[in-house]
Amino acid sequence: MTVAVILVTGVAAGGAARAAEDLPAERAMALTRLVHQDCGSCHGMTLKGGLGPALTPVALTGRSSADLAWVIARGRKERAMPGWEPLLPAQEIDWIARGLLDGRFLPAPATGEAR
Amino acid sequence: MITMAVKRFPLIVLALVAVAVSSCSTSTGTKDVASDRQAMVRGTGDLGLVVERADGAVVVVENTGRTALCRIDGLGDLSHASAVISRDARYAFVFGRDGGLSKIDLLGCRVVKRVIQAGNAIGGAISQDGRVVAVSNYEPGGVKLFDAGTLEELSEISARELTGANSKTVGLVDVPGRRFVVALYDGDEIWLIDAADPRQPAVRRYHNVGHMPYDAFVTPDGRTYVAGLFGEDGMVMLDLWHADAGVKRIDAGFSQSDEGERLPVYKMPHFEGVAFAGGNVFAPAVGRHDVLVIDGTNWRLRGRIPVAGQPVFTVARPDGREIWVNFALPDNGKVQVIDVARMKVVKTLEPGPAVLHMEFTPRGEEVWMSLRDADAVVVYDTATKGEIARLPMRSPSGIFFTSRAWRIGQ
Repeated sequence: MTVAVILVTGVAAGGAARAAEDLPAERAMALTRLVHQDCGSCHGMTLKGGLGPALTPVALTGRSSADLAWVIARGRKERAMPGWEPLLPAQEIDWIARGLLDGRFLPAPATGEAR
Repeated sequence: MITMAVKRFPLIVLALVAVAVSSCSTSTGTKDVASDRQAMVRGTGDLGLVVERADGAVVVVENTGRTALCRIDGLGDLSHASAVISRDARYAFVFGRDGGLSKIDLLGCRVVKRVIQAGNAIGGAISQDGRVVAVSNYEPGGVKLFDAGTLEELSEISARELTGANSKTVGLVDVPGRRFVVALYDGDEIWLIDAADPRQPAVRRYHNVGHMPYDAFVTPDGRTYVAGLFGEDGMVMLDLWHADAGVKRIDAGFSQSDEGERLPVYKMPHFEGVAFAGGNVFAPAVGRHDVLVIDGTNWRLRGRIPVAGQPVFTVARPDGREIWVNFALPDNGKVQVIDVARMKVVKTLEPGPAVLHMEFTPRGEEVWMSLRDADAVVVYDTATKGEIARLPMRSPSGIFFTSRAWRIGQ
């Protein structure tokens, strides 16, 4: 049991570290801004939802990053979600999908709404 | 003491004038009182506010000298925030994404009152008589009515209670007679809300108005409510002079054309400030590089004007001669100007990265534009189409001048 927990934590931390390394820091910052500002137009700047659903790790429980990346890339035709494939390379879409799951885009506890 | 305060904070609240008068008159005589009083009292007709969406703040601005006066923070999540203005043009009601409703004193530069009235909100309106503020909520879906003086909650119109299912509400506007109109994004309905008794509002429901209304506007005379339909090729209108006649569809004509499927929509078009000029409505098309021109008498499509990208806002210069258009990603660094007399784009501007909003001065000689990714608001002369001022702001979005106080449908 304990071993399993450690393993899972290890994988998650490893995943986040790898994701951060995938992109140059400048690009990672630009994409973070895009998530907050542009995705945030519909999903809220704190990702708690708006016209589109909430995108916090809790709200996305049970979703895989591959699943999320597919939706980001292709959009949802029956809803208002556009596909981002024409604007972003697959590697960056994948980075955003993993970031949504690991909570990287959430506001730091000391800032945002808590203020 | 008072004089020092005036120098540091030019927007002293009017209430302080009385204090100034009484304290000065004893020490400095009548003449100085008059000049002190002149220095402190100001009008509000040239004031406004700019939303700094990432910081949960608003900046109070004035459009005579084109300056920022002060900043008010602590307003929560202001992504997609909007504001309406009190009838005396002193207060602004700011609607935040997180359900926050804040009453701001533009003169005093302070929050008068703030309530968190829902989990997730999208916008609001103020009644014709200025006494009732209505808020459009996503979660829980519906509309809430508040006393404009105290922000006391007067009533809630719940989508779940009325329709049996939760629905986000969109396109909330005021119309004459202390009434409001709103559309249901998930419920395909339009509601005409009569708030004669705001504690017990009466709701008239229009069903099956079209699929996924996403925003709406009312014509400047308060007569015709028009909602855009995300799930269909067009819009729907309700003539409030003939409210018994029901709604009528406006076909945008793309489904019969050979222009193919619409493009992915990276930012929803907005109907706030939609242009009504020369008898025509100029509205953004969904997922197309077009501005729709709709005849304002028979509500049929007259034509389309090709533009540089997917339009977000289509705002008329107050004299109605020009329509200024901004765009969704990836064309959000551009603004195009349509000449209504010639029905075509006559100027393409590139004010800076991420033009989010445009607000004309009351008579239209200047337009203020927020450049989110340049962290600035720029002011353009609408005659020369050149930049005449630039104000640093942090991630600015909506700009709201007090002249909105006297316009129907804000």
